[in-house]
Amino acid sequence: MTDIAAPAPHHAARFQPAATERPAVRVLLTVVALAFLGLFLVLPLVSVFYEALSAGFGAFVKALGGRETASAIELTLLVAAISVPANLVFGLTASWAIAKFEFRGKSLLITLIDLPFSVSPVTAGLIYVLMFGAQGYLGPLLAEHGIKVIFAVPGIVLATIFVTFPFIARELIPIMQAQGTQDEEAALSLGASGWQTFFRVTLPNVKWALLYGVLLCNARAMGEFGAVSVVSGHIRGKTNTMPLQVEILYNEYMYRAAFAVASLLALLALVTLIVKSILEWRYADEIAATRRH
Amino acid sequence: MATPLALGRRPGVIPGFGLTLGFTLAYLSLIVLIPLAGLVVRAASLGWADFMAIALDPRTLAALRLSFGVSAIAALVNAVFGLVVAWVLVRYDFPGKRIIDAVVDLPFALPTAVAGIALTALYAPNGWVGQYATMLGFKIAYTPIGIFIALVFIGIPFIVRTVEPVLADLDREIEEMAATLGARRWTAVRRVVLPTLVPALLTGFALAFARAVGEYGSVIFIAGNIPYVSEIAPLLIVIRLTEFNYAAATGVATIMLIISFILLFAINLIQAWSRRRLG
Repeated sequence: MTDIAAPAPHHAARFQPAATERPAVRVLLTVVALAFLGLFLVLPLVSVFYEALSAGFGAFVKALGGRETASAIELTLLVAAISVPANLVFGLTASWAIAKFEFRGKSLLITLIDLPFSVSPVTAGLIYVLMFGAQGYLGPLLAEHGIKVIFAVPGIVLATIFVTFPFIARELIPIMQAQGTQDEEAALSLGASGWQTFFRVTLPNVKWALLYGVLLCNARAMGEFGAVSVVSGHIRGKTNTMPLQVEILYNEYMYRAAFAVASLLALLALVTLIVKSILEWRYADEIAATRRH
Repeated sequence: MATPLALGRRPGVIPGFGLTLGFTLAYLSLIVLIPLAGLVVRAASLGWADFMAIALDPRTLAALRLSFGVSAIAALVNAVFGLVVAWVLVRYDFPGKRIIDAVVDLPFALPTAVAGIALTALYAPNGWVGQYATMLGFKIAYTPIGIFIALVFIGIPFIVRTVEPVLADLDREIEEMAATLGARRWTAVRRVVLPTLVPALLTGFALAFARAVGEYGSVIFIAGNIPYVSEIAPLLIVIRLTEFNYAAATGVATIMLIISFILLFAINLIQAWSRRRLG
């Protein structure tokens, strides 16, 4: 339809650069892109810090001072300190098995490792409630032995491990596959043991990809909300992580305190982005080429 | 690969296959597969009639329609603007480009609860942006439009990051050839460049859509959460759980899980198709 209105090609002799847009179009597209990112990404980030600090630094520090906030920070650090190493060990073993050996069902295994990304965080929490909760499969057995998983720290850790499950493995698998097995074979043929080969050859080869995965895994582990919210039970001073504390403070109309805690998490996000960008710029070849998440 | 002189140095000499694959399968089963199977078994034990009663409950249907509908619109908007962002980041040079490029990943790094309260503060009737909507006589926060805003935020990196590498790898010669042959720029882009980006755009759309459907933290603060109006499906699961209505929670979660798996399957198909097409 638009072609009808277009001038006949012979009369439309105009100067056009070989394969790029006219300057006006370039400027327009750049402005659209920057406005979109500014409105949807930069503005929310700025507003977190603005709301947290608008009453001055003293008020900010005071808003962070509560005992419940301190215990939320502690719990968040504890949960990350357990779930990130757990997924780190998994990521290393899974990528070793997948990259160094051929076996049937490998691509199915890779798909299954990515599965937690396709599950709603709320569902991730729910499956553990159905497993370990009072009405869950193992609920009566756990109650008999006085073990609490749901509405307690173990449940929060499990839910966090689930939602961060693929992060490290998916960074390591492609890079280890690309590197092949020659280095390891050389080390083994020179008499190194399997563990020596792993720690002295494989690990140094993938260290930046590993750090990249750990960084993303940690950011999600500390920031997870939906899955943790379902299993936590919101017991003050006991089972509230920082994101849950943000929710509670916000729902109690303690906006300044909510944004103060939120700004700490936003700071974590900023640090994550900065380190991530540095890794991408400096070690682009040594981290996985596939940057999809 | 292995020459006869390599004295048996085939891939088989690398140790640890049993240990690493065994641990991988055990950990995967314990953390992911068995708990997910538990959900499916629980849903199956409901029986067909009960399951359909939950699925066809008007409140469930309204929540599912809202979640999938708004997620689709948000992913579509992201596909358009994400393509523009990817285009600008790959093709043009401007000051601060690296910082802009890094900012794109913010939704991956910023905890969803933080994004949720920040967007709510911005788009509330008296917020920095929301006040202009108030002046024009409508509300953003506490309506489905607010949900849309949150889901756009959460989906941005998916499109940009899937389109970017494909666009960067694209052979510029074809475009130059089209220009040499007299094609106007827009025609060359539409006929030559955009078709090669379709698989990446579809993948990015599906990833953003899948993520948006399950999203909880960034939405619940801004949504208003009014049943039948602005109550998303993941929130309905949480509400059913707090009512100790495990059957309904399981039912809604299972429906969402099934649709997510269909999406995941579709993503894999698109990727296989684009690999075949683009080699």
